[in-house]
This record gives sequence, structure tokens and C-alpha cells, in this order.
Amino acid sequence: MTHLDAREPAGQLEDKWDSFRFDEKLLSPSNKRKFRILVVGTGLAGGGAAATLAEQGYDVYCFSHHDSPRRAHSVAAQGGINAAKNYQEDGDSVFRLFYDTIKGGDFRSRESNVYRLAQVSSNIIDQCVAQGVPFTREYGGLLANRSFGGAQVSRTFYCRGQTGQQLLLGAYAALNRQIARGGGRKGGVTMFYRRELLDIVTVEGQARGIVVRDMVTGQIERYAGHAVVLATGGYSNVFYLSTNAMGSNATAAWRAHRRGAMFANPCYTQIHPTCIPVAGEHQSKLTLMSESLRNDGRIWAPKRKGETRRARDIPESERDYYLERKYPSFGNLAPRDIASRAAKEACDEGRGVGPGGRGVYLDFADAINRLGKDAISERYGNLFEMYQRITGENPYETPFRIYPAPHYTMGGLWVDYHCMTTIPGLFAIGEANFSDHGANRLGASALMQGLADGYFVLPATIMPYLAGQKLSAVDESHPAFKDIEGQVNQRVEKLLAVKGKRSVASFHRELGRLLWTKCGLAREKKALTEAISEVKALRGEFWENVSVPGSSGSLNQALEEAFRVADYMELGELLCRDALDREESCGAHLRTEHQTDDGEAVRDDEDYCYSAAWDWKDEDTPQELVKEELVFESVKLATRSYK
Amino acid sequence: MNLTLKVWRQPSKSAEGSIQTYEAKDVSPDMSFLEMIDVVNDTLMEQGQEPIAFEHDCREGICGACSMVINGVAHGPNKATTTCQLYMRHFKSGETIYIEPWRAAAFPVLKDLIVDRSAFDRIQQAGGYISINTGCAPDAHTTQVEKDAADAAMSAAECIGCGACVAACKNASAMLFVAAKVSHLGLLPHGQAERKTRVLGMVEQMDDEGFGACTNYGECEAVCPKSISTRYISRLNRDYLTASISSEI
Amino acid sequence: MAATKRGLAVLFGSTIGAKTVMAVTGLALILFLLTHMGGNLLIYFGPDVFNAYAKSLKSAGGGGLVWVARGGLLAMFATHVAMAFKLQLRNRAARPLGYAYEATVEASWASRYMILTGLLVLAFVVLHLAHYTVGVFNPDYLTWHDAEGRHDAYRMVVTAFSHPLVALSYVVAMVVLALHLVHGFQSLFRSLGNSHEQAREALSKASLGLALALAFGFCLAPVGVLLGWIQPVEVTQPAPGK
Repeated sequence: MTHLDAREPAGQLEDKWDSFRFDEKLLSPSNKRKFRILVVGTGLAGGGAAATLAEQGYDVYCFSHHDSPRRAHSVAAQGGINAAKNYQEDGDSVFRLFYDTIKGGDFRSRESNVYRLAQVSSNIIDQCVAQGVPFTREYGGLLANRSFGGAQVSRTFYCRGQTGQQLLLGAYAALNRQIARGGGRKGGVTMFYRRELLDIVTVEGQARGIVVRDMVTGQIERYAGHAVVLATGGYSNVFYLSTNAMGSNATAAWRAHRRGAMFANPCYTQIHPTCIPVAGEHQSKLTLMSESLRNDGRIWAPKRKGETRRARDIPESERDYYLERKYPSFGNLAPRDIASRAAKEACDEGRGVGPGGRGVYLDFADAINRLGKDAISERYGNLFEMYQRITGENPYETPFRIYPAPHYTMGGLWVDYHCMTTIPGLFAIGEANFSDHGANRLGASALMQGLADGYFVLPATIMPYLAGQKLSAVDESHPAFKDIEGQVNQRVEKLLAVKGKRSVASFHRELGRLLWTKCGLAREKKALTEAISEVKALRGEFWENVSVPGSSGSLNQALEEAFRVADYMELGELLCRDALDREESCGAHLRTEHQTDDGEAVRDDEDYCYSAAWDWKDEDTPQELVKEELVFESVKLATRSYK
Repeated sequence: MNLTLKVWRQPSKSAEGSIQTYEAKDVSPDMSFLEMIDVVNDTLMEQGQEPIAFEHDCREGICGACSMVINGVAHGPNKATTTCQLYMRHFKSGETIYIEPWRAAAFPVLKDLIVDRSAFDRIQQAGGYISINTGCAPDAHTTQVEKDAADAAMSAAECIGCGACVAACKNASAMLFVAAKVSHLGLLPHGQAERKTRVLGMVEQMDDEGFGACTNYGECEAVCPKSISTRYISRLNRDYLTASISSEI
Repeated sequence: MAATKRGLAVLFGSTIGAKTVMAVTGLALILFLLTHMGGNLLIYFGPDVFNAYAKSLKSAGGGGLVWVARGGLLAMFATHVAMAFKLQLRNRAARPLGYAYEATVEASWASRYMILTGLLVLAFVVLHLAHYTVGVFNPDYLTWHDAEGRHDAYRMVVTAFSHPLVALSYVVAMVVLALHLVHGFQSLFRSLGNSHEQAREALSKASLGLALALAFGFCLAPVGVLLGWIQPVEVTQPAPGK
């Protein structure tokens, strides 16, 4: 059986990162420029990494499927970014952030990675402020903080309701500065816009290049380098309806998986509790409203089943503030997985509100009475407007209706402490990897991890890989590139040749509905088993009946979508298999067979305290499960309680 | 509701384009404008025809990808709203709707409603950053920032780079975009060291890209999804002129 | 990618510089219009005051100053017009293909037709100069003198505006000028960098006031003549040459 080595540095938890930094092999500036690094993706992780690597002297090629790096989906994060600055003097520390993250992830993440994340979190804020990120400030001119789900301290930094965009603009500016240097021999970043990664090229078992499609001309292109970094985000769009952008996709990660990179914990998919409910069949995506709303809003459902009165007409005594009732100490700030499941339970009991009864109330009436409408508008004005724009309802007068929606995927490419996948030379950072959030991610931690990986971790961990060996000279004329390019072209032709009757989106919608129903908020054996064979059948139909009009040699959005959906068809199956394998409930993964009588998750540390890494075999053989046993030395495994 | 769509179709950058007519049937008022197009496209694809190509991504009004001129107005009739956040309840059944791409020499059409906005990237590469390498930053609390300045910088930084300002301007001017970008960094203490070179570089690049000049029409602010004020344009003028005549000694 | 343009190159080579030139020349022309209007209104004080004023203008600085002023004015005017053309060509080129469905959300009529109103004002200025300064339509104008031997500007103006069509065309021209200024005046401060919220609002209002005041002030002469507020005077001395 394959063994997974996480390559964690020896020593005390607190010293691991420092000793890694000291022990690593260094590259001199004059040597760095001899290494070409291909960075795929330009969100917080990719943009930050590309800029930082170029600053350090590497020859960086950077790829984005967008027309501009600024559109990467990091842009959409609203609430904030965590850091253990302890500026509020409320008892925060690196260890507390580490502990909250480990506990929030339900003890299914790697201690050393998480501790490092907490350690560099402070540097991120320093870096961003210096870049000109306009964080919200107090009247004294110092940075403001707010609290967030899963924490009892205020450690979240924010920029009104658009922290993601502002952090991304910071990384994008740093990237632009490097692009302006000219790239190649002049130093800096050579930027490739509107390129979709379609495959990874390995030579002698090492990642040495990529094959991409120019999305405007349709040209298939090859790029060779000394290492490849995937910063291509998560796979929530496998559910079709999610809070991810329409273009967010798992193709890069999935292609890497098929070339030998293990895919870990695919069943850890986070369902965000505060999204706007589905309005109808036409729905193309779900809109998230920042979890920060839970700071001042109170979540409730009617006590009575099939309630038909308007929210305002339901008296206080007939409302069930279920989070406050069940989790008195965290109340409305209970972690995401818990809040999401509680909403589902209320709706399953027939107490849901809005179209189809899939929704609960998030009520600001008390907060408005206490603080005044102006204060609420100052804090959340843009979210209130957004909600009104979409639903046509005014949340100052009637409570928000919210429902959980797929939002973030903790699972992803398995990486070691160095952020390297099981393909040497192939690194994965940000949401694309599985590393830091275990079975559930805390709010405001995705931005933290993206920037930690991009600015601080990867640039440090890629160096020993490049310095530690003599990589053979490989360029785009190497036969491996020709071979892979041929395979990519075949796949393109195959998709175009189907000429079926169903649109790509209709397949995607069906896949999403299937996974949401059978592998969504709650999972059980029978449904998962069914789902696996249904996904297989759907995949079969896809390749026989999909309609991809147009040609390969031009801008063709249907073709782009088809590539992505084809990969989701395979990923969806693995998602169900992983969920089936994990006979316990942990974090975002709830197996209905494994819960207490009052619906609390039951974790099984005896048998499932591992990360499940799936190793690709071939088309006809299912992936093999490889376990990375999780060892906890600094924290005690405890039942997660937010009561 | 049923609608008639008049949509600009253009197979490629070099090809000729024209307005084509489509019928959108059984449109729900709760659909977003883009979801309405999705439905039209699904039908086209089922008939083996090429769907209407349009740019879109986050569909929550922040990525700046969507870009349709709807009945002559960039992002359509709702104030402070991107195309993706425009809902069909604002239209009437039986209406005819014109859908066109951003029109500007600096934004060439790539296909149908998709234009090339890389000019915006090049403008930002000409100075839209603060030169600080990763790891060089002092503690975030080293510099206090006046709240008013921080808020004004944030209001400018809200720009999502969609280019509606250019599309709406009668002169296809990019001044509001450049003003927002220059002001965001120029209003913060951290951005002062490069303030002059930044504004000179970005304006020069803006001119080289072939955008028009500002006539203070106010169309840009009116269609801007983030309602960025034209006051920033005046601030840009001031900043630029000051930088251009300044001398080190 | 550091910027290369500084100083004068900025003024004439960049769009912001060009707009600055438009603003400065525009402001200078507005100041000229205000003095011109003030001078015109002296006509209400009778021929003596009016002709004395006309003479003082021509003889100032030994007669040289008027040419300096004319030269300066011409330079301002020509620069304003030339820059306007340059910008207009650029703006046209910035959108080679327009929209099939044209709409306007915010821009005022005045702002959208600056080029048109500007061209009409230009045409008017040419006619106006031909009319009074060169005397193209009636060469006698320049030969009329009053009892003091001064050029009889009063008689010239009154005679001209006695023709209803002439008076009316001046009134129309002033309406066009007002339209040009109602946008131009407030816009010029924005081009020069006024980002102050209250000041911008105040100047927007002032812009309307200024445009109306100038148009009204300039119309007082033709209208006054037509309505008989301003009376022709007895010609005491036949013009030489008659």
C-alpha cells in the first residue's frame, strides 16, 4: 500500500516552521532566475504566489482563465480575514487561532499546517496594509476588528462587505507590478490571460509543464517549467448551484489527479448557512450573504409546522430561535456546519419559510431597535441592498430568508507540509489543496489560507524542491508534451463529435441536483450507493447525448463548460465514494447513521482519524484509498461543543 | 412573460457583426437577466446553434465580468446594479430589449457580447500598485490612517473594473476607472511615495489605449455599479496636473 | 513603464492637459464676456458715455493695448477652438461604432451638444466681428463720428439693432451662448480639479446663474433698442464722405 509522507519538520509545534525555514536549502538570487515556475490561477493564493516568486527572482509564468486576474473568485469573499494580531487585547494568540481552526475543522486537519497558518496570519495583515488594502478603521485611525463564527475573540479584519475584492486587488497590484517588469529575461511575471489548463505534463515522474487552451483562439498551447503550482480553487460547482462563480471549476485539480496527484477528503464540502434561497428552476447560482450578518441578526423558524402568517405577524412566543436555544454560548455564531444543519432540520420538520419551504428567517428587528437603523445600515448596508435587489423584499422591514448552499470545499489535492502534491514538482495552494481546514472551515479563514499559502508558505517551500536536485533540461519540444497535447486534442474532438440533444448546462444541473439530494447536507449509505451508480449513468449519457455546438478553433463557451462538466462527472462519483467510506460524522460531513438522538454529529476518532487520499488508477479501476493518519500532539481530541 | 431580444452577434474579432432577433418565452420575473439569456442559450444549443457568448462569472455583482448594454444603458435600467444583479421583474412582457456589447475602440469585440478589456490591466500595470515586496511590511498599526481618508480610499477601491463607465461615456472615456484606481492608493499614506509616478504613468497609458477625454457628462457615475463619484475624476485631474508640474528641487 | 511626459508636454499632449487648456481658455473667455457685457450696458447711459468708453478702449496704452488685448483674445479663442476640435476627433475615434439603441441617463442636453453650441458661437463671433469691427455689412459704421469726433459706436449699435432681424439673431446667439456656458462654467472647475462636494454643487447652480446673467445682459442692448428703451440720437454732423 502506498505510504504518504507529510514531510513535517521535527520538533515542537511552535518551532516547526522556524526550523524548516532554517534547515531548507537556499537558492541564490542569480540561480533563482534560472527556474521557471508555472503558476495556474490568479486568486489570492495564485496571484500572491506569482507576485512573490517573481519578487524573489524566479522566472514566473502565470495563467488565468479570466480576462483579468482581478476576476478570480477570491473577489467575492465578503466578511473578512482572520489574523492572530490580538489588537483587541481579548485573549487572542497564535495558539488560540490554531486551536479554533483545528477545533472548527473537527480535528481532521494536520496540526503542523494549521499552526503555521496561524503563525503567518499576522504577516498577512501587515503585508496587505502596506499594499494599500483599505481595511475598515476606527476613528483613531487604527484597524477595526469584528467577530466571526466559531470564535469568541474579535480577530477578523474587513473592508466593508468586500474584503475578498480588496485583498485580491492587493495581490493583483503586486502581480501587475511584476508583469510590468516585462517577464522572461527582464524578470517578473509573464502573464497569460484567458487560458484554461487542460492537462499536466510529467517527465520522469515530475511535473514539468502544462497544456492549456487559449480561450479566444482555441489554440492548444504547451508551457514547460521546473515546477507547476495549482491555485485553481475549489469544486463546489460540482453541485451546480453553489455560491461559487460560474467559471470556478475543478478541471485543473482533476486533471492533476488523473496524472497521479492524490485527491483528499472530497466529501468535506462546506455548506454555507446564510445564502439566499432558491427562487425557481431557472436558478444559475446561489448568492451568499456574509456570515457577519449573524453577528447582529437572530436566526429563527416558526414553531408551528406549515406556518402561513407573515414573519412580522408571528408573535415572539411562536418563534423558535433554534441556534440560541441549542447552543447558548455561541448562539447565532455557531460554526457553519452546525448552523447549516440546524436550518435543514427546521425545514425538514416542515417549519421552513418561503417558496418550497426551504428557508429560515434571519431577523434584524432586535438589532435595529437596539442600535438604530443607521448603525445597521453602516455595517451591513450593502448586504441589505443586495438582498433587496435579488428578492424584491426589504430586509429592514421583513426578515431575510436564508438557506444553506454549497460554498467551499475543504477537500482538494493532497499536499504535504511543503504544499506539494504526490506528483513531485506539482504544488497546490489555497482552496485547491486540502490542507488546513479539516472537515469544516471557519469563517474568514479562506482568505487567510489563500494569502498565507501564496505570499509566505509556497515561496518558502518551493525553494528546497528546486535547490535539492538537478532537474533535467526539458522544453516544450519534449515528446511528453506532444503526447499530452495529442490526448487533449482527442478529448476536444470527442466532445464536439457527440452532437447530441442536451445542453451542457442541463447535465450539470442534473448532476448537481443528484449530489445535493444524496450527498449534500446529510448523507447515508443507501442514498450514497445509489448516487454512485446514478452519477456513472449520467456520465455515460453525457458522452452520448451532449450538444457542444461551434468549433474548437474559436471562442466557444459551450466547449469550455463541457470540459468542466465532464470532469465534475468523475469528481462527483469520488465525492460520493469518499462520503460512503467515512462512516462517521465530522464537521461538514454528516452521516445520518452517526448522530446522537438529538441530532449531534458523532465522530469516530478510533477508526477515522485520518485524511482520505484517493489515488487514481485508470479509467476502469476505482481510485485506491490511501490514509494519512492524523496525529495530535498539542491538542486533545475533544467532542466539539458549541453549547 | 415573453420578450423579444435584439442581440449583437459577431462571430470573431475580425468578422462583421449584426443585430439578431430572438424570442425569450416564459420568462419568470424572479430570473436574473443573465438567467434569462441562459434559457435562450439552452434552447439554441438544443437546436445545435451556437449560444450567445457573453461574459459573466460571480453573478453577485463583484467580479466585474458581466457587461451588457441594455436598451442603450450599460448594465441596464437599475441604478448601482451590475447586469447579473438585474432581475426580470423590472421589465414588462412584450417588451423589445436591445442587448449590445461595450462599445469603445479600446475594448474590441472578441465575440458577440464579449469585449477585450485588457486595456484596464495595462493601465494598472503602468503604476497602479505600491511597491512593497512580500515580507517587507512593518506592523500594520505602525501608520494610523485618518478614518475619512480610509473611507474615501475604500469608496474608490470599490471599483470592480467592469468598464461600464467607458461604455456609457459619450466619449468612451476611462477617466472614472483611472480616477478610482489612482485615488484608492493616492488617498492612503502608504501610497504617497509613488503618488506622482503612479498618476503620470496611468494617465499616459490610458491615453495610449485610445480612450476619449472627459467632458464631465456624468454618465459614468450614473451607470457605475458601485456609484463611484465623478469627484474622483476631479481629484485625478488635480493630482495629475500637480504631478506634471512638480519638481524635486 | 514610467511616464515620459512632464510639463508642457502634459498640457498639450494628454487628454487631461487638453481639458485643462479648455478650462483655462474658457475661463478667460468668460471673464472677457463679463467685461464685454459690462461695456455694452453702458449704452443705457447714453451716447456720450458709450462712445467715451469705446474710445478709451481703443486708445488705451497709446492705442497699442487694444491690439495686445485682441491678440490675447484671439489666442485664447483659437486655442479653445483648436483644442475642442482635437478632443472631439479623439472622442469620435474612441467609439468608432456606436450603439444601435442610444440612450442617455444623466448627461444634460447642454453637455452633449457643447460642440454644436460651440460651433454656433464661433459662427456668431465671426459674424459679430464682421458686423461691428470690420463693418462688412455696412462699411459706413466705421466712419460715423460723434460731435466730439469719436467713433460713434452708439449710433452704430442702435442703427444695427433697429433691424428686428439683426436684434433677434443676437438674442438667439445669446441663448446658444448660455447653453454653452451652463455646462462649460461648472465643467471647467471640475477639469481644473475641484472635487469638493459642496463647491461643486454651488458651482453647478452658479453656472446656470452666470449663463442666464450673461445672456440677459447681452440681450439688454438689442432688446432695449427694439423696445425703444434706447433711443437713436440726432446726427449733428454728417459722416465724412457722405
